[in-house]
Amino acid sequence: MNTAHSDKTAQLIVIGNGMIGHHLVEQLVERGATERYAITVFGEERHLAYDRVHLSEYFSGRDATSLALSTADYYAEHGIELRLHEAVTAIDRDASEVVTPQGRYRYDRLVLATGSYPFVPPIPGNDRDGCLVYRTLEDLDAIRAAAQNATTGVVVGGGLLGLEAANALRGLDLDTAVVEFAPRLMPMQVDSEGGELLREKIEALGVQVLTGRATQEIVDGEASRHRMVFQDDKVLETDLIVFSAGIRPRDELARDSGLERGERGGVVIDDRCLTSDPSILAIGEVALWQGSIFGLVAPGYQMAKAAAATLVEGDETFRGADMSTKLKLLGVDVGSIGDAHGDRTPGARMFRYLDPLKQQYRKLVVSSDGKRVVGAMLVGDNGVYDTLLQYYANRIELPADPAALILPAGGEGAPTLGPDALPDTATICSCHNVTKGDICATLDAGATDLATVKGDTKASTGCGGCAALLKSVVDHELAARGVEVDQSICEHFAHTRQELYDIVRVEGIKTFGELIEKHGNSEPHKLDSSSAPRLGCDICKPAVASILASFFNEPITDAAHIPLQDTNDTFMANMQKNGTYSVVPRVPGGEITPDKLVVLGQVAEKYGLYTKVTGGQRIDLFGARLEDLPDIWGELLDAGFETGHAYAKSLRTVKSCVGSTWCRYGVQDSVGMAIRLENRYKGLRSPHKLKFAVSGCTRECAEAQSKDVGVIATENGWNLYVCGNGGMRPRHAELFATDLDDDELIRTIDRFLMFYVRTADRLQRTSVWRENLEGGLDYLKEVILDDSLGIGSELEAQMQRVIDAYQCEWANAISDPEKLKRFRSFVNDSRPDPDIIVTEERGQLRPA
Amino acid sequence: MTTAAAKTMTRTWQPLCTRADLVPYSGVAAWVETAEGPAQVAIFYLPGHEQELYALDHHDPFSGANVIARGIVGDLKGRLVVASPIYKQHFRLEDGQCLEDDSVALRTWKASFKGDEVWIEA
Ligand code: SRM
Ligand SMILES: Cc1cc2nc3c(=O)[nH]c(=O)nc-3n(C[C@H](O)[C@H](O)[C@H](O)COP(=O)(O)OP(=O)(O)OC[C@H]3O[C@@H](n4cnc5c(N)ncnc54)[C@H](O)[C@@H]3O)c2cc1C
Ligand code: SF4
Ligand code: FES
Repeated sequence: MNTAHSDKTAQLIVIGNGMIGHHLVEQLVERGATERYAITVFGEERHLAYDRVHLSEYFSGRDATSLALSTADYYAEHGIELRLHEAVTAIDRDASEVVTPQGRYRYDRLVLATGSYPFVPPIPGNDRDGCLVYRTLEDLDAIRAAAQNATTGVVVGGGLLGLEAANALRGLDLDTAVVEFAPRLMPMQVDSEGGELLREKIEALGVQVLTGRATQEIVDGEASRHRMVFQDDKVLETDLIVFSAGIRPRDELARDSGLERGERGGVVIDDRCLTSDPSILAIGEVALWQGSIFGLVAPGYQMAKAAAATLVEGDETFRGADMSTKLKLLGVDVGSIGDAHGDRTPGARMFRYLDPLKQQYRKLVVSSDGKRVVGAMLVGDNGVYDTLLQYYANRIELPADPAALILPAGGEGAPTLGPDALPDTATICSCHNVTKGDICATLDAGATDLATVKGDTKASTGCGGCAALLKSVVDHELAARGVEVDQSICEHFAHTRQELYDIVRVEGIKTFGELIEKHGNSEPHKLDSSSAPRLGCDICKPAVASILASFFNEPITDAAHIPLQDTNDTFMANMQKNGTYSVVPRVPGGEITPDKLVVLGQVAEKYGLYTKVTGGQRIDLFGARLEDLPDIWGELLDAGFETGHAYAKSLRTVKSCVGSTWCRYGVQDSVGMAIRLENRYKGLRSPHKLKFAVSGCTRECAEAQSKDVGVIATENGWNLYVCGNGGMRPRHAELFATDLDDDELIRTIDRFLMFYVRTADRLQRTSVWRENLEGGLDYLKEVILDDSLGIGSELEAQMQRVIDAYQCEWANAISDPEKLKRFRSFVNDSRPDPDIIVTEERGQLRPA
Repeated sequence: MTTAAAKTMTRTWQPLCTRADLVPYSGVAAWVETAEGPAQVAIFYLPGHEQELYALDHHDPFSGANVIARGIVGDLKGRLVVASPIYKQHFRLEDGQCLEDDSVALRTWKASFKGDEVWIEA
């Protein structure tokens, strides 16, 4: 017998490393259960738990790693043994052991988290080649492979997952049809009116919809690989078939070991997630609670919490869960809340609203006394979903005229439910079970922005459905706490950075003086010497300097701009802790000639500079005295270097991998592209620093997915990722566009950068900007890729102006004696600052 | 060294530099001989203001580096200030008081123009 761990602690085995099994592990770790249990997790799939909810994104560019919910390191770090690709084949309850092809493992407590499998209707021919299902990464690999020599695809099943699969087939360039047995699409969620509207919308997208069709058999086709024969002898030919006709619990282990199951499957559990054998628990889609199976993550997560509590003697229990959902299927909003059909509530009354032109359908189901929402159904527009859900979930009393809730806004306007009307117990994020009270608690503990709240509570990091509601609650609560949510930049301007930007743009203002005179706050803190204009401060001055620079790109060392700059920008070098500066010449793409390397060495030696290779693929020379900077730069400029803007809020480096020129895997010239990008955007002043990278293939040696702008070569061009961040709060960049050619890539980056420059807050990296961007990535794509605001060419033109105005700031300063005067440590003495004391370490100088 | 005794020592006016050495709305550093020995001063120049010249310690007590002249000059709540370029504390130009820490103040000196020359009382 194998025991994974020592016998001293109790053995806990988890079968299934899916979404819920993994959530259980996280819960156990959080509750310190690793102290008392030696935990072993078995997963049948090859992959570590991944985000099945976003599985379809696997087709739109996300890979297995980015879908992963965790890492092997996480498991190892917490001493949890993870046995992937090892399915449990039996449970021997007498011996308290589980059996796998590799061995037997003893358990004290056992958790079943085996999920479910896609149901394939028993149609003759359903096992033909090219008849597939849609549940796992491997399923999607199989679909992708089959789609390669296919032109048509059919999805059997017009439910939620079926439509998602249909969208995926469409994305694989197949002519797609959906075949549904019921008389309408999504029979569980919508009624016949809603279903009809949904059909119209989906057909408009070019997907054929066949309802009321039962497939009798699948045989060889004539024009295509398969022929589906329906009950009325009508036929449909297709190359590929995906079955999505519902799911069934994977309860075979429970069945064989005699655990109690429901009539139609599912392992029976109680409120503590215990099965009929109290040493065994079940959670997730395999579990049957009070006769129901919950096919969504949120209830599964709640079961995982309850199970973790049961295992460590906590007191949470599973109390059932709400199955309300909000989705965008094939771009069509569909929402379903509570008793959407109104057939489970005696005396329920219904309000309906149908707009055939806008193709919107809304149905509100209220209790017989007209006081509460018991259900709702939305097709075509989910705008009122959040409000209705809150009425429903928190049993909030309805207004006198409930119909107003689903009537279009305008006129009187629908009474929306402000965040203040929600009780503290209101669930804001159901995926992570975060209430308004939880959010208030993090704000009381000091959080002052949305990103922090998300980080602390995990709210809105699951399906993302709650993002808008979360933001409104956070904004509202911040305002209630007296935190300025309107974000005036400082006491000198009652404007946000974005507003200042627009003022500069519209009025063509070129100096800080003009801006503060026209738009500054003259009250309430007038200067004593009342005739003098206000000066601004260390918040607004650099912010405005950056805005002006991103328009006119005049040298920042010009007299009008100098008083605005942080010392780093004034002296075009980073100030160190002892008052000396660092020198970082640009090394585009990290490519450097031996000659230039020699010069760097010579200059460093001559001026006694500490030399280090940076994390940005270039070389930093530290410890330069202010008065030496012009001489040092003089020599570097002579050797062909230019400023690296290491001191500026602007483009830092474009990291590259060696790419197709040398690497056996490279599919494009990543170094060439990196250099092109670095030279194009160098000198663009932005709200915060910008980092790029370009990788030559998906091995991603340049780590592009951690950058503000990441580019990864594909066989056909470039994939563009945006809004990544290393640093304090790492964030993976998101795939923004695929297979761009060189010019498309540059045009897209032009627009993206300028839109960021235009709309971000001061010192807001692209990642934080993106987190706070209302409408999220979809909105960003609309603006940049679809030009929904009609500003695309304006953004490009503005970028071109900045690029045309570029000049190396150091070259500019060095040719101007007025500017050079500033690089004296003391205006009346050439003695160096005697307080700068250095000592030697590992053969170089450093501050003493 | 700042000591109570030193403060009472007599100060005398002396020339420091010229108007052309200054950077409008910003600072420069200079050496000055005081009764307590040589000191580094930061001179800020605000053309058009009632008081156009301010002189403070160039030494930043928080970082220990001599950098105050390289900070951003501004006004907060109606008072003129300079922000240390290292850890960003604000010091009032008129009396050197640090806004973030009551117990810290920079020394200040009187400075004024004589023609195009900058003089300081030290
Ligand atoms: C020199 C270098 C470290 C090194 O020895 O490798 C460095 C040094 C500094 N970094 Fe960095 N960072 C350096 C690469 C990075 C990287 C790695 C990279 O770029 O691939 C990161 C993480 C990636 C990222 O930014 O997403 C990084 C994340 C930061 C952060 C955190 C930013 C964030 O969004 O969380 C700061 C603080 C800030 O910017 O507010 C920072 C700030 C700084 C400052 C400017 C701190 C300061 O204000 O004095 C350091 C200045 C050193 C100097 O005087 O020159 N540095 N810094 C690297 C210079 C790269 C270059 O060639 O320009
Ligand atoms: C395409 C798609 C879209 C979805 N969209 C949404 C959505 O928008 N919102 C939502 O709430 N839900 C959605 N779902 C449903 C959601 O993914 C599931 O509710 C959730 O994954 C259930 O988690 P689970 O851990 O119970 O099961 P699973 O995630 O299926 O995990 C079970 C794991 O156990 C493994 N396993 C099974 N038997 C054994 C064994 N004997 N030994 C070892 N391992 C075993 C399986 O291989 C599997 O990896 C979607 C599902 C799909 C497929
Ligand atoms: S990312 Fe690809 S092309 Fe670039 S070095 Fe790595 S393996 Fe080679
Ligand atoms: S409800 Fe899914 S992330 Fe919040």
